[in-house]
Amino acid sequence: MTPSVNAPMRHVLIATVWLYFGVLLLGPIGYLGWEAMREGLGAFWTEITRPEALHGFLLTVEITAIVLVMNLIFGTITALVLVRQRFIGRAMLSGMIDLPFAVSPVIAGFMLILLFGPATLLGSFFGSLGVKVLFAVPAMVLATLFVTFPFVVRELTPLLQMLGTDSEEAARTLGATEWEVFLKVTLPSIRWGLAYGATLTVARAIGEFGAVLVVSGNILSVTQTATLHIYQNYVDFNYVGAYAVAGVLLAASFLILIGLEIARTRATASLQEREKIA
Amino acid sequence: MTATSNQTKIEVHNLSKRFGSVQAVSRVTFNVRSGELLGLLGPSGSGKTTVLRMLAGLESPTEGDIVVDGRRINDLSVQERNVGFVFQHYALFKHLSVHENVAFGLRIRKWNAEDIRGRVTELLALMSLQDLGGRYPHQLSGGQRQRVAIARALASRPKMLLLDEPFGAVDAKVRQELREWLIRLHHDLNVTSLFVTHDQEEAMEVSDRIIVFSKGRLEQVGTPAEIYEEPATEFVARFIGAMNILEAEVRAGVARIGPFEFPSPASRDGQKVRVGFRPYSVKVSEEPEHFRLQARLRHIYFLGVAYRLEIETADGFVLRSRMNKEEFSRRRFEIGSPVSFAITEFRMLPDAAERGSPPPVPLPPGSPLTP
Repeated sequence: MTPSVNAPMRHVLIATVWLYFGVLLLGPIGYLGWEAMREGLGAFWTEITRPEALHGFLLTVEITAIVLVMNLIFGTITALVLVRQRFIGRAMLSGMIDLPFAVSPVIAGFMLILLFGPATLLGSFFGSLGVKVLFAVPAMVLATLFVTFPFVVRELTPLLQMLGTDSEEAARTLGATEWEVFLKVTLPSIRWGLAYGATLTVARAIGEFGAVLVVSGNILSVTQTATLHIYQNYVDFNYVGAYAVAGVLLAASFLILIGLEIARTRATASLQEREKIA
Repeated sequence: MTATSNQTKIEVHNLSKRFGSVQAVSRVTFNVRSGELLGLLGPSGSGKTTVLRMLAGLESPTEGDIVVDGRRINDLSVQERNVGFVFQHYALFKHLSVHENVAFGLRIRKWNAEDIRGRVTELLALMSLQDLGGRYPHQLSGGQRQRVAIARALASRPKMLLLDEPFGAVDAKVRQELREWLIRLHHDLNVTSLFVTHDQEEAMEVSDRIIVFSKGRLEQVGTPAEIYEEPATEFVARFIGAMNILEAEVRAGVARIGPFEFPSPASRDGQKVRVGFRPYSVKVSEEPEHFRLQARLRHIYFLGVAYRLEIETADGFVLRSRMNKEEFSRRRFEIGSPVSFAITEFRMLPDAAERGSPPPVPLPPGSPLTP
């Protein structure tokens, strides 16, 4: 490729890429780190250990954990059913998987408000049971599930298609029950795709803002997640508080990025191995 | 290896399978003798793989019965049948080592660790894989993978070994090696085995008996020689080896078409018959007067062990002739030049409707076709 671009042009192109990364990624990240630490490590520590901040972190972790488990279970079931079963409406469901990517999270949150509002059948049903859905954790989990829904399904679908059913059938002829087939053959074959989908889900769940803002009511120390906490501090002119919590989330993102890289390399490698065998 | 435990007799009665509106298998009946190596042969879509999958329990029959050692097994699940199944594309567990692949079924069946180790070691040795136990499937060649798949299928001493196009995914040289492997293995273990193939040469070489399928129906069951020498249907005649087929009309006990005349005393006047003859029954000479019939040489194909000549008569009939190397080298053939030929042996092919093949008719001395 190199010889097709002449030397000065090459420098211009590389400089452009650096500039692009600089303005969009490196600049903001560096500035955020700088601002978070500007008042010293002590102020940073005070900000991130304030009860409201700790509650925000905890709530984010809690919602992320619930969403991750549900997404892994239902995402795997959905992918298995969509790839393996033939039924009426399958094409339509397959086509709808990416819908959450196309719908703004704010609209997703708004849909939940409409669906679970006190005036609707669902809302009054849960209300009569004494279960608070809106402006509480259940709605926040639902909103986060909505926006993270495609991640696991989209990772697993091509893997399952590539896997085929031969090795599962082989396991059955060797005496394995359906559950043993899933645990010992299907699951190990899709594990890295599952890990990749899980990391994407975690990254998105930690960072989700719009959908959660709409359904949570942003109640301090009750339904305020870490991202909502950042927003609140920013609006209240507590910039150090906003920067500090943001810095922690950013650090988490870096860890996730490393996890993503590992999972993606493994997932790609297992796909290639499979192609080689086939 | 105890021979008796591997002796299994299979009876298949009126087996049918429909997938939606597609009749994949239609009322197929056959027996497999204990310890036999049986080839299921047919073009793709002929239903042979579906029959194999029904035996394994991977498909359930729409109609009919499968009886193993006197017991009807239709309602046994695939897990309960204890069959060894070998898939065309190996279907190895790629996240497990060779050793773990072979041990898979034994672990599922709760063998103890000691027995598993012993059995796996024994099988890897049998398959000449003893040094590869720690490798993973992607580190093996195609032939090695298929041997692992066979070892895995044999591990829990199955009642029968079923192989679906077992050599379809490897190149020609490895395929030949694996064929010899299978024959040797079957000879040593004597486990009742069925294998599916679309390659008639492979079926002939490997099988004790062959079942020929076409469009979901059983066309013929027989030894390779029977199937080759006495094809029961026109389909078998065309599918097994090469055959020249002419459609002729009978007049006064002779089937005639173009320059050809075949004595057919059993046929009625006006009856249309199909006459088949193998390429080796077509004798060709470069001397125009050597044989009675005249043609022109269209093509010469080198087949390695022999030559195939394609000749065309003045009326446009194209026939194939097979000639061994010695004879070919004695003659001086030139493409496009006139040749003379004769047909030394032919048979009347049965109609698609009727079964059973009439014996071949040797030409009487003095017949106009006799050289």
